[in-house]
Amino acid sequence: MPDVNITVDGKKLAVPAGTLLIEACKSVGIEVPSFCYYPGLSLQGACRMCLVKIEKMPKLQTACTTVVTEGMVVSTEIDEVRQARKAMLELLLANHPLDCPVCDAGGECELQDMTFSYGAAESKLIDIKNHKDEQQWSPVVYFDRPRCIMCYRCVRICGEGMDVWALGTANRGSAQLIMPNHSDYLECEECGMCIDICPVGALTSGAYRYKTRPWEMKHVGTVCTHCADGCKTTLGVRRSPTGMQIVRGDNRDKSGINGDFLCIKGRYAFDFASHDHRIQQPLIRREGRHVPASYDQAYEHIALRLKEIREQHGGHAIGVIGSTRTSNEESYLLQKFARLLLGTNNIDHHRTADFPSFAGALARKKDATASMRDVFNAPAILLIGNDPTEQHPLLAWQIRNNVRLHRARLYVVNSSPIKLRRQAASFTQIPAGSEPQLAAFLAGDDSAANALASGEITREALAALRDKLRGEPNLIIIFGSELRGSSIDSLVRFGAAISGAKFVCLGDYANSRGAADMGLYPDLLPGYVPVGSGARFHEEWGAPVPTEPGMNLLQMVDAAKAGRLKALYIVGANPVARYNLDPFALSKTFIVAHDMFLTETALLAEVILPAANAYEKSGTFTNTCGDLQLLKKAGDITTVKSDFEMLLRVADRLGFDLRQLVPFRQAERADLGQSRGAQSGEADRHAIWLEAHGLEPKLSPFDPIAMLDEIQRLVPGYDVSRVELLAGNDQHTSIEAGVASSIASQPELILPANDTLFTSGTLGRYSRTLNSVIENPRRAPADKADREVVV
Amino acid sequence: MRFSDSFESRFTSMLGHYPTKRSVLVPTLLYMQDELGYLTDEAIRDIAQRLELTELEVRNVISYYSMLTTRPRGKYNVQVCRNISCMLCGADDVIAHLKKRLGIAHKGTTADGMFSFEEVECIGACSWAPAMQVNYDFHEKLTPENAEKVLDEYRRKGSQ
Ligand code: SF4
Ligand code: SF4
Ligand code: SF4
Ligand code: FES
Ligand code: FES
Repeated sequence: MPDVNITVDGKKLAVPAGTLLIEACKSVGIEVPSFCYYPGLSLQGACRMCLVKIEKMPKLQTACTTVVTEGMVVSTEIDEVRQARKAMLELLLANHPLDCPVCDAGGECELQDMTFSYGAAESKLIDIKNHKDEQQWSPVVYFDRPRCIMCYRCVRICGEGMDVWALGTANRGSAQLIMPNHSDYLECEECGMCIDICPVGALTSGAYRYKTRPWEMKHVGTVCTHCADGCKTTLGVRRSPTGMQIVRGDNRDKSGINGDFLCIKGRYAFDFASHDHRIQQPLIRREGRHVPASYDQAYEHIALRLKEIREQHGGHAIGVIGSTRTSNEESYLLQKFARLLLGTNNIDHHRTADFPSFAGALARKKDATASMRDVFNAPAILLIGNDPTEQHPLLAWQIRNNVRLHRARLYVVNSSPIKLRRQAASFTQIPAGSEPQLAAFLAGDDSAANALASGEITREALAALRDKLRGEPNLIIIFGSELRGSSIDSLVRFGAAISGAKFVCLGDYANSRGAADMGLYPDLLPGYVPVGSGARFHEEWGAPVPTEPGMNLLQMVDAAKAGRLKALYIVGANPVARYNLDPFALSKTFIVAHDMFLTETALLAEVILPAANAYEKSGTFTNTCGDLQLLKKAGDITTVKSDFEMLLRVADRLGFDLRQLVPFRQAERADLGQSRGAQSGEADRHAIWLEAHGLEPKLSPFDPIAMLDEIQRLVPGYDVSRVELLAGNDQHTSIEAGVASSIASQPELILPANDTLFTSGTLGRYSRTLNSVIENPRRAPADKADREVVV
Repeated sequence: MRFSDSFESRFTSMLGHYPTKRSVLVPTLLYMQDELGYLTDEAIRDIAQRLELTELEVRNVISYYSMLTTRPRGKYNVQVCRNISCMLCGADDVIAHLKKRLGIAHKGTTADGMFSFEEVECIGACSWAPAMQVNYDFHEKLTPENAEKVLDEYRRKGSQ
């Protein structure tokens, strides 16, 4: 569009036609105060804070609803405007309680800031202010009515952004107020979007209310540890007797792939970290009871037993189970630990998607995966299976808002009428379990339509859908774990005929994709390289590693039952509960567990090491789309350690040269600068920078970034910009099979988490916030039924 | 929910008058209220379904308009204007007097269910202030005395 020339406060500028005046001003650094205006939401024009003078217009105009026109001359700093702003503030403050000293928003309140900038703190009102007590609307949302300035941001974000429509406005004039959908309580997705978008302290959260003041916290932007979407969440941490405690989660740092979005888990379910049941010291089972031990004793005990078993029975008598919530560096280290040190390929993890088949199908295809950001910008999206609203809340947000703001065309094929059908240009309901036939049909197998057609969904309708999709260039194809193995091949073949088509394969936990990419498979090395063709790894690792595929998780359990598997090393996983295993099957096996809690699995362990969670360590995570992001250490409990450190301590006790496991002081050296005389201060500055980013210089084997060096060098697709990554930006990796184009995956091992908005694998049950929502008696029973709790 | 045939035919024809369904909400609410006396929970659910709105949206609209109500009212709803023109011409006295005679306050209903009383903002009859509206009928140039007579007349009609 051609540019339009305007003048603001004497400055001449050219902006694209269609730009809102308030944005045009912002582009040259002129701030027009606003409350109700919020980019990405519909225009409201409610607060009148943004009034400016436009030449030739009789009255002041709202800059937030005025579109620039050629030759417009605007003044934002004349007396008339200043007077209007002051008057608006005075009206807003008329019934405002001015309880800033106790208000959660105090110190980061837009009303406070504006009053500070534009005056009107003294009130001419002599009447008594309207007062209403604070109300609790749900376990998450509290409402303090007198603080509300009626900007409608909450109403719009809940409706337009979330498609929940749980908030509205009742009455008018000075009696106007925000109302929840059940008049005195809320039934909604509890995302907290309304709370964070509220410019004042009218909406507050059960998790943070009256806990602390904003300036008493340190703010750390890291990655959510719940679902596989990888939202950036800013954690507010405060000193506590045991270290640093997380007291708040929000996304004031909007630079993440999630922009404004966080679901309840990313915003409030950090509280598992301070749960009372956290294991605070190593435990060793003696005479049937777990008794506290020192780290030293625990490491010694583990090393002794592992050495014994390895020497007597060989590496194949040892198994390793990795985690879907540890960092990439930890998963990579774990498989290296298993292969190099224990000498076994018996390594697996809880699989929630068929990433190996996906990698195989995409072999040697460039740019074939979509990033989470792409999902917000693509012109068209095909979604097969899954229910993103429950299982991938960010993905659902990206899709929904792409449709709303960019008019993307969404095609949904699902066995249930999922919520996203409301945004869909076309919704096709197919029988449960027939997703593979759909993939076959799309790939051109017309006979597969038999299994799909029923009622309104005729063969013609299916064919028409397929034709339509074929004519959608740059289509993003997103599929759930319903599609596995050869079905993924079919889908990729279908996509290959569409120019620019990209894919997203949906797995379930925060670093499931990372666990897969880092080679937590008995038959695959990192980057989906078959164990038999890992020359480059062998070379780098400088030692022979087993080339025969090992046992998968279920085979390991069988072997344990039969007495063939003597030891099982489990890091951050709960296979006993997840796979519903018979605990007795593992009774003869020596088990080590790294965990935060005494889970069903940890209870069986002979040695339990208290683990730090993802909010307490640095490293990287890969979301389900393949976006690599930096984890930054936020909270801290002095009594626990990262899995990375604990693994290395065990390796050390086993007499292993740690330099072989972690290339510290080997690859990119940390520059300490001592040699540079006057410049030696740089060392400190560098160290401070590293500390501020939750990193340590790579002088210690415990520095995960040293491991990242190796990952970036060896894992195909991970060679992304280190600078961008360290700066906190997401970097899209590409999935490409190292060698073979077809990988024999074992689809039967895939067990989707089926989490809902309010559950999160084994972690969810330790979150007070999530439990309070699940147990909330005011949720409708029908709703409860379809949110069955799986822990 | 069952409404009269005339309601249904009016509703159907109104739907065709606007580009979006929700536009018929306000007139429909008024017609429903005419049939039911007030907007019941069931009626709100019904209209929300018909127009594909949330019940919350319907309630929000109702709460905006003083002529729509979700509570039962008396047979005659007396709305006396208290806005500027009427106030200058003596509305305060009329209001005080009627309240006393009816024995109810703002938004109250008499025990026999005959009258509800409400102070409202400008009803567009400023030229003949002070003014009041009883159901759909206007009464103008009020004094405490003639206003009372108007109500007496309604009471007579209402108890026949
Ligand atoms: S918490 Fe989320 S879903 Fe609930 S009212 Fe607020 S914005 Fe809407
Ligand atoms: S509650 Fe907050 S966001 Fe909602 S209208 Fe009031 S001030 Fe605005
Ligand atoms: S959508 Fe997923 S990653 Fe984002 S906040 Fe929710 S659980 Fe965390
Ligand atoms: S910001 Fe323009 S009216 Fe509120
Ligand atoms: S002021 Fe009373 S009718 Fe207008």
